[in-house]
Amino acid sequence: MDTIFAQATAAGKAGISVIRVSGPDALSSGLAFGVRLDPIDRKVSRLLDGDGALIDIAFLLSFKAGHSFTGEPVVEFHTHGSQVIVSRVLNRLSEAGFRPAEPGEFTRRALETGQLDLSQVEGLADLIDAETEEQRRQAVRVFDGALGGLVEEWRSKLVRAAALLEATIDFADEDVPENVFPEVQNLLVSVHGELESEAEGADVRERVRDGFEVAIVGAPNTGKSTLLNRLAGRDAAITSEHAGTTRDVIEVRMDLKGLPVTILDTAGLRDAKDDVERIGIDMGRKRASAADLRIYLLESIDEPVSPLSPDDIIVLSKADRHVDLSMPAVSGHTGLGMDDLVGRVATMLSDRVRSTGTATRARHAAALRDGVSWIGGVLERLSANDIDNVDILAEDVRAAIRALDMLVGRVDVETLLDEIFTSFCIGK
Amino acid sequence: MKHSHYDVVVIGGGHAGVEAAHAAARMGVRTALVTLTRDSIGVMSCNPAIGGLGKGHLVREIDAMDGVMGRVADRSGIQFRLLNRRKGPAVQGPRTQADRKLYKAAMLAETEEREGLDIVEGEVVDLRINKDRIDGVVLSDGAEITAPNVILTTGTFLRGLIHIGDERIPAGRMGDRPSVRLAERLDDLGLALGRLKTGTPPRLDGKTIDWGKLDRQAADPDPTLFSFLHDKPFARQISCGITHTNCRTHEIIRANLAKSAMHRGQIEGVGPRYCPSIEDKITRFADKDSHQVFIEPEGLDSDIVYPNGISTSLPAIVQETYVRSMAGLENATILQAGYAIEYDYVDPRCLTRELQLKDLAGLFLAGQINGTTGYEEAAAQGLVAGLAAAHRALERERINFDRTTSYIGVMVDDLVTRGVTEPYRMFTSRAEFRLALRSDNADQRLTPFGRERGCVGDARWRSYAKKAAELSQLKTCLETTSVSSRVLAEAGVNVNVDGPKRTLFDALSISGTEFSQIASFLPEVNQYVDGRIVRQAEIDALYHHYVARQRKDVELLHKDEALRLPGDIDYVSLSGLSGELAAKLEKARPETIGQAGRIEGMTPAALSLLVAVIRKKEARDKAS
Repeated sequence: MDTIFAQATAAGKAGISVIRVSGPDALSSGLAFGVRLDPIDRKVSRLLDGDGALIDIAFLLSFKAGHSFTGEPVVEFHTHGSQVIVSRVLNRLSEAGFRPAEPGEFTRRALETGQLDLSQVEGLADLIDAETEEQRRQAVRVFDGALGGLVEEWRSKLVRAAALLEATIDFADEDVPENVFPEVQNLLVSVHGELESEAEGADVRERVRDGFEVAIVGAPNTGKSTLLNRLAGRDAAITSEHAGTTRDVIEVRMDLKGLPVTILDTAGLRDAKDDVERIGIDMGRKRASAADLRIYLLESIDEPVSPLSPDDIIVLSKADRHVDLSMPAVSGHTGLGMDDLVGRVATMLSDRVRSTGTATRARHAAALRDGVSWIGGVLERLSANDIDNVDILAEDVRAAIRALDMLVGRVDVETLLDEIFTSFCIGK
Repeated sequence: MKHSHYDVVVIGGGHAGVEAAHAAARMGVRTALVTLTRDSIGVMSCNPAIGGLGKGHLVREIDAMDGVMGRVADRSGIQFRLLNRRKGPAVQGPRTQADRKLYKAAMLAETEEREGLDIVEGEVVDLRINKDRIDGVVLSDGAEITAPNVILTTGTFLRGLIHIGDERIPAGRMGDRPSVRLAERLDDLGLALGRLKTGTPPRLDGKTIDWGKLDRQAADPDPTLFSFLHDKPFARQISCGITHTNCRTHEIIRANLAKSAMHRGQIEGVGPRYCPSIEDKITRFADKDSHQVFIEPEGLDSDIVYPNGISTSLPAIVQETYVRSMAGLENATILQAGYAIEYDYVDPRCLTRELQLKDLAGLFLAGQINGTTGYEEAAAQGLVAGLAAAHRALERERINFDRTTSYIGVMVDDLVTRGVTEPYRMFTSRAEFRLALRSDNADQRLTPFGRERGCVGDARWRSYAKKAAELSQLKTCLETTSVSSRVLAEAGVNVNVDGPKRTLFDALSISGTEFSQIASFLPEVNQYVDGRIVRQAEIDALYHHYVARQRKDVELLHKDEALRLPGDIDYVSLSGLSGELAAKLEKARPETIGQAGRIEGMTPAALSLLVAVIRKKEARDKAS
């Protein structure tokens, strides 16, 4: 196993920079700078170059195997945060025979040594990427091992159910506990219910990770773009901004009361004459109907509107020009009604994330649903007292266990790992 | 001094030894079976029964490879019963009581008739070793047999020690001397040895049993045999008796526990949890006040009776008292006291999946010496070792039984990968591809494989080929005939009337469908096929979807099996491995990643570490 190194903090000027070395020979990395370290050590040391010249005065920390992030012996160099110092240290480590870490390699090693399970690795990635408070809350729960803990509980119940079924198969002629099926049924019913509710929440939690989409929809010139600009310019922090996939869908990503939200400004809906516009409108329609929520902007109360979902918000635009306000109105121009609108959107979305589940990815949801469907099938047959083919019942319970194993990465490791680690960058 | 030469020498004439010798001889290599006496060939030292759950699968697989156990059991079977009749064909296990004498006679006849197989009477006292390979054996009279392949099947004879109460008798089984010199020779080889124990109940005189007081268990009215070549029993079928232990029995045993060899702590060997002695049953399940005891006659014209369920190491006098406390046994006399026997076994993790010692080329171990229990487990290993030794003699590539295609593969892989902590017995739950590895399709799984490898004879092959052709014709016809769901529903098939058109095979795969319900939709010529072929098609259809679904897992396993670990990995110095895992890996020295993954306590983390080791080696090999 190689000993690897990388800068753990962001590149650029800073108070300090941290360079991490991990692997069996980590401890000897100090020697490359003329510093002798004990397996558990912390000290301020003079880092010397190959020719004895001083590079920096730095703080060095060493962790022994089993007590570090990666589970391997680790040394951390806390240098002053100049990119020049960092490159000198990195070069020196390279000369000393250590290898630059590949993207995600530190985390990968943490997984390999069993410091983290797969869902924790995902939680960590999300935690590092978190931009809003809700994202942080959710990610840290997963990183803390909440999902792994749940899986362990479900798994042990399923293993118990499987064992009971197996006992009736392999010990048919012996003193088997009488009728095992009531207990099997109880175990399965409880796991089934929990998996189901966890899976239900997973979709919305995935939105917390990736962001909700809210589309502004309406006829041309209803003030959609003005509204978007107003939203973007308010106290809601803009975290990124880029043009949509077509010239007609503009996206603005923002933090709406702790929730990551992307506002879509779609092309005005009308019967377009030219092809390019028609394509734009179609595209906008598609994006809008896939969004989590739509804001319909109307010019007048009489304008016909058919919202896609009962949650969708309907407001009058150009509130500054209307006198009669028998329905909510908003003005992107003056900001009138903006607080109300933002409040309604935020409430609508945070209601959806209120559950405190821990499955946060489509992958989790898929595995959970897989489990639900296997267990559901078994329960169906049990309640119909269709127990002649116990071998098939047992096989379905095994399949449910395998589905859960996928969640924490106990099976099919290689493919999963490749997928997960390609999305990592160096040093994490 | 006598001197002879063979390609393969098998030591031991028990179930492992005979099957090994036959397998090698079928492959056409010159084979010698060395046994103490001709008389001990085919002896059943314990329960006079063959088959059962998981075990019946093994016998079917042996038979599919044209082995002997299934045919001999059929010839001597006096009470055929298919276990788990109501629990799905995949987990049904054929079993029979066997007439000891018939079994022995049939096995001896098979063995004497086998071409290319010589029976040599004598005691092997030494192995001839030439550096890192074996080249023969030495008998106690000084005669030597040279052979590049030796299969050791010594059962419980390695330092065997019998316990009855506080009595201790060195013996391989009651009445036979243990093989002490051979055990010492194995010590020299530096193999990791462990100690196991097993037990046997007292044998009763059938004339002194009041059969009228016993419940009876009859043989199946439609017996299921072991061999694919047989369809009806050869011997008369009988019933077994059933009685029960009672509070008084338990009192007697409890009062005398201190006299039981197992409970006195004088036995160091580990016994099987799933075949507990009556002492164990009573202490471990203290709340039960009765256990079932099967009263099994040992033969049609034998007065010896085997009371299944009360194996013991209590003193003979106590055995008599508690036996007589049971209904029907009030006046029973004991012909031979029950006893516990402990013996050495070799840690099977020092073997390859061909059951060859990793460190001594040409020496194969099979049977109880590898820590297993049961005739069927022993015979199956014998088959593996016999074929492997013959392959080696013929300089052919290795023969590999696969977890995905046989129980034999599951067992061998379990043994050499995970070792044993108690005597290893086959269970259906050990096979993760259980729904595909059925006793009904053992021939489909293994006979073509065996034929290709050269151990399946012409008669067997002709019979199999005929069945396979008929089955395939029927299945093709079922797969190419489609009927609307409405019509199927009217015929009683459990489908939604508004569903799509279905093939008849699909209809047959729906739980509860029987061939008779759909036969009329087939062309006339296919309506009247052999009942056995029909039944086979029904079962194949029932599991069809499951087997198809598992194909992905099978591929995954094969992918892992293709990743071969270098033999020289120093696991202890691999950083990132826990000390416990490193020690386990060091012991098992797995041949593949797949195998490593099945070591107990293995983590995905450690596995990816091993994959990295392989990748690194590949990169190095490519570079150089």
